[in-house]
Amino acid sequence: MSSNGQPLIHARDLVKRFGDFVAVDGIDFDLQRGEAFGFLGPNGAGKTSTMRMIGCVSPVTEGTLRILGLDPARDGVKIRGRLGVVPQLDTLDMELTVRENIVIYGRYFGLGRKQLAKRADELLEFVELSERANDRVEPLSGGMKRRLTIARSLVNDPEIMLLDEPTTGLDPQARHVVWDRLYRLKRQGVTLLLTTHYMDEAEQLCDRLVVMDRGKIVAEGSPRDLIEQYSTREVLELRFQDGNQPDDLTYWTEGLVSRIEPLPDRVLLYADDGDAASHQLHERGLEPESVLVRRSTLEDVFLHLTGRSLIE
Amino acid sequence: MSSLAFTARPYEFFFAQYKRVWRATLVSSVVTPVFYLLALGVGMSSFLGDVTFRGNTYDYLEFVAPGLLAATAMQLASFEASWPVLSAIKWTRQYHAMLATPLRIRDVVLAHQGFMASRMLMTSTVYFIVIVVFGAVHSPLGVLAIPTAVLTGLAYSTVIAAWGARTENEASFVAIFRFVILPMFLFSGTFFPISRLPAPLEWVAYATPLWHGVDLCRMLTLDDIVVWLALLHAAYLLAFVAAGLTLALVSYRRRLVV
Repeated sequence: MSSNGQPLIHARDLVKRFGDFVAVDGIDFDLQRGEAFGFLGPNGAGKTSTMRMIGCVSPVTEGTLRILGLDPARDGVKIRGRLGVVPQLDTLDMELTVRENIVIYGRYFGLGRKQLAKRADELLEFVELSERANDRVEPLSGGMKRRLTIARSLVNDPEIMLLDEPTTGLDPQARHVVWDRLYRLKRQGVTLLLTTHYMDEAEQLCDRLVVMDRGKIVAEGSPRDLIEQYSTREVLELRFQDGNQPDDLTYWTEGLVSRIEPLPDRVLLYADDGDAASHQLHERGLEPESVLVRRSTLEDVFLHLTGRSLIE
Repeated sequence: MSSLAFTARPYEFFFAQYKRVWRATLVSSVVTPVFYLLALGVGMSSFLGDVTFRGNTYDYLEFVAPGLLAATAMQLASFEASWPVLSAIKWTRQYHAMLATPLRIRDVVLAHQGFMASRMLMTSTVYFIVIVVFGAVHSPLGVLAIPTAVLTGLAYSTVIAAWGARTENEASFVAIFRFVILPMFLFSGTFFPISRLPAPLEWVAYATPLWHGVDLCRMLTLDDIVVWLALLHAAYLLAFVAAGLTLALVSYRRRLVV
């Protein structure tokens, strides 16, 4: 099938339209074996539509898409048999037990009952749900359900995992547990393709990512590359009391910062050395209510590229 | 890999789901026919005396029992093909789970319809045994009333599933039950011959799959088979099911493959 060097997923001028609405507007990307690749973008950027085309559940409108060297229009059945899908909304059966959910899903792939009994044990152990194996799914917490969905998607030993917003809606602790499991999978050599609108998620998990906005790819690279290329090392967040924000910030900050980004509740100043810039501003007599110096994140990259914030 | 093997996979799921509620449905599928047959068959029968149908005289019980067999399959089919189908699309999203795997639209449609047919088969068999106990089956050929009832049910489950896959909200199901299923239940020959209906309505009744199912079940249990008409009934039902399946495939695809 896909020999070394040939990408696992290959997309050129990929387009998805729903009537007049263009959800995905001609994107190109390649995914190599063993990579963790992310689509970062706000809601409505076209991430889910792209994932559904790759999952062979949504037909390609235009362009080329090859998955494992196969064409989804012709070989959807074969391709889906080698993917593990974690959809944005859980599709677990709430009335069945944790274990039954894995076994029945495994049957959809044509796996035998004996083999599945063993596989279910391994997978439940991997996501730390062994003790809940015979409980119904309904009362499980959101994080446990998500872990079960991940375990279920691994039942066919997939070559590529598609994760559509794997931690959206989870509390911080549950998110970290999910990240930990995904990180282990990555280390085991599973190829991960995920969408997210959390920059910390992208930074934690992705070797390489594309930033999507309104159906197009606006930037591509490793999280570090993107930050270096489109932002500064550090960011100053200034807050002013109502009405006290000077109109001529460019004058006050001249020579200290490379870019100014005014937001509704604060102003972001981009500088490589945040503390030094902060000190200089103070010397010049600028007195904001509060100053916060932080490292630059993908959020800043996104803001720079699109002029909008990721999560409104 | 044969197509049938693919279809058998999700069929198992519907049974796993059913395992949780089977006791409740067993009660209703035994108790309901007994109640109906006691009230309509035994009660009405003693009140009405004998009835004449196609030149022969029967107890009302003998007349109404095969009609109820077909009508019950229709009701079960209509229920199973409405909320559960919309639920598998919108609420539990089980169809989406299936379609993310090697399964195809046709596997999902055939497996779910196959499950509904199995439910109808179980209920009709219980019903049939009750009718035999009441002494209303006159010939061994009467046993063919069971597959006839299943076929009648499928004529409804396929079409309603096709509708269920198109609709956005469940309110339309209530309307279908009230304005389509209930009138058919009452006026398609289950309780009295459709020849007693005013002429235009009689023609409407001829078009309903239920009338064909009721009349065929009745011929079989009463051992009064008009061969050409029996074949026509069977052909009509088969054609209806084939058309319903085609509709279901088209509307599932339109809804789920976007």
